[in-house]
Amino acid sequence: MLKRTALFQEHQALAGRMVDFGGWELPVQYSGVTREHTAVRTACGIFDVSHMGEIFVEGPGSMEFVSFVTTNDPSTLAIGQAQYSAFCNERGGVVDDLVVYRLATERFLLVVNASNTEKDFAHLERALAAYEGTKPRIQNASSEFSQIAVQGPLAESILQRLTATPLAAIKTYWCAEGSVAGAKAVLARTGYTGEDGFEIYCAWNDGPAVWRALLETGAGDGLLPCGLGARDTLRLEMKYALYGHELNDSTNPLEVGLGWITKLNKQGTFIGKPAVEALKAAGAKKALVGVASLGRGIPREGYEVFDADRTTKLGAITSGTQSPSLKRAIGIAWIDKTREKPGTRLWVKIREDFHEFEVCKTPFLEKK
Amino acid sequence: MSYPEQYRYTKDHEWAELLSDTQIRVGITDHAQSSLGDIVFLELPKTGRELKSHETFGVVESIKAVSDLYSPVSGKVVESNSDLIAEPGRINANPHGEWMLVLESSDAKAQFETLMTAGAYLEFVRSL
Repeated sequence: MLKRTALFQEHQALAGRMVDFGGWELPVQYSGVTREHTAVRTACGIFDVSHMGEIFVEGPGSMEFVSFVTTNDPSTLAIGQAQYSAFCNERGGVVDDLVVYRLATERFLLVVNASNTEKDFAHLERALAAYEGTKPRIQNASSEFSQIAVQGPLAESILQRLTATPLAAIKTYWCAEGSVAGAKAVLARTGYTGEDGFEIYCAWNDGPAVWRALLETGAGDGLLPCGLGARDTLRLEMKYALYGHELNDSTNPLEVGLGWITKLNKQGTFIGKPAVEALKAAGAKKALVGVASLGRGIPREGYEVFDADRTTKLGAITSGTQSPSLKRAIGIAWIDKTREKPGTRLWVKIREDFHEFEVCKTPFLEKK
Repeated sequence: MSYPEQYRYTKDHEWAELLSDTQIRVGITDHAQSSLGDIVFLELPKTGRELKSHETFGVVESIKAVSDLYSPVSGKVVESNSDLIAEPGRINANPHGEWMLVLESSDAKAQFETLMTAGAYLEFVRSL
């Protein structure tokens, strides 16, 4: 039996096409991926992301423990600030990528990928049991929250009609506690689309009311409900990693573009640090790069990537699609680091034929 | 979207239109385009290729999915709709009008008549 979010009936009412996404029954699209994608790039789109996991770390020692289990440095976070981060295992593999919000001095919210929530929480419980410092409380509160992403250039002006919280004062990767359409919520200026926007965390049962209020107030502005299909094309145009595709339990952060959130010099150690340091000393061998077709073949996950000789295998495509914004076939490839320079020509084997691609600067689309 | 009564259909979600006793035009059904979503890529065979019934003749891709195309009958490709390759999104707008291939075979009519009628195809789709 697939899990359903509090918004399931809303999706049905909007004729969303439901699919199994990591054990959750969620809409892949409503009116069409291209249309929904374009709404987010030009106006506003809303996404039900209630399947995401919410884990709280609270009490004395919480900051130090979060630092111990994540690669980024939470000691730099002010109250109300957020950071992108990752959990590593002892081998330096990525257990998950996540966003860490500091809601109070000793209260952290860790937002993780839906399909990893149980694995992550078990990982944190094991880490806590072995942890030698002051032990904070950890709680998996995923079933208590609905989460709605409001993304696009009109996101702020639309959402502002439903909240008294001055949104202009919330900077990117900051959050504030307030209310939306009468429901208590955390309003975070974060997202997974490359557009300005917010992620609203509210009580599970308040999800439908917030969702309907957004649809109603945004209808005249071109706001559309958007599914997982558009979420994927939007993140791909930004080259944002998706766990299970670009990241997994055996990829080292330094080989999947997460070096910038891996703080080897922060105070104290973190799980996986020795393995990451060892790879740094030996030198990373692989890199995640953006690639674009020079012809018209669409790269898809698993397609093999070859060097100019079309014989030497360099790696494989981890995600790919036809970019709705660029009208061009784009993908992310995990390949030999020696070929990561933009402009490098590569060949992707699509079905029986080789198609020429080039390594691109990323994001593919300039971030707004 | 209506399913033309004069067409015949396959379980692979292709439609066939009998142009003459020896020629059949081929496309994909409304059900197929709707399941795929926004179509962004189409690959078709060159003219002259001999296809067997149920043989893969090309590929259609939406933003999310890749799907093979299957020949509804055996025959030789005498026309391939190259205009559609440049604008594959037209298939979403008009699936029963935008054809992909014309196949030629001396027994085209007999092969055509073995395929499903519109009524039988719709019943098949409902059973999925």
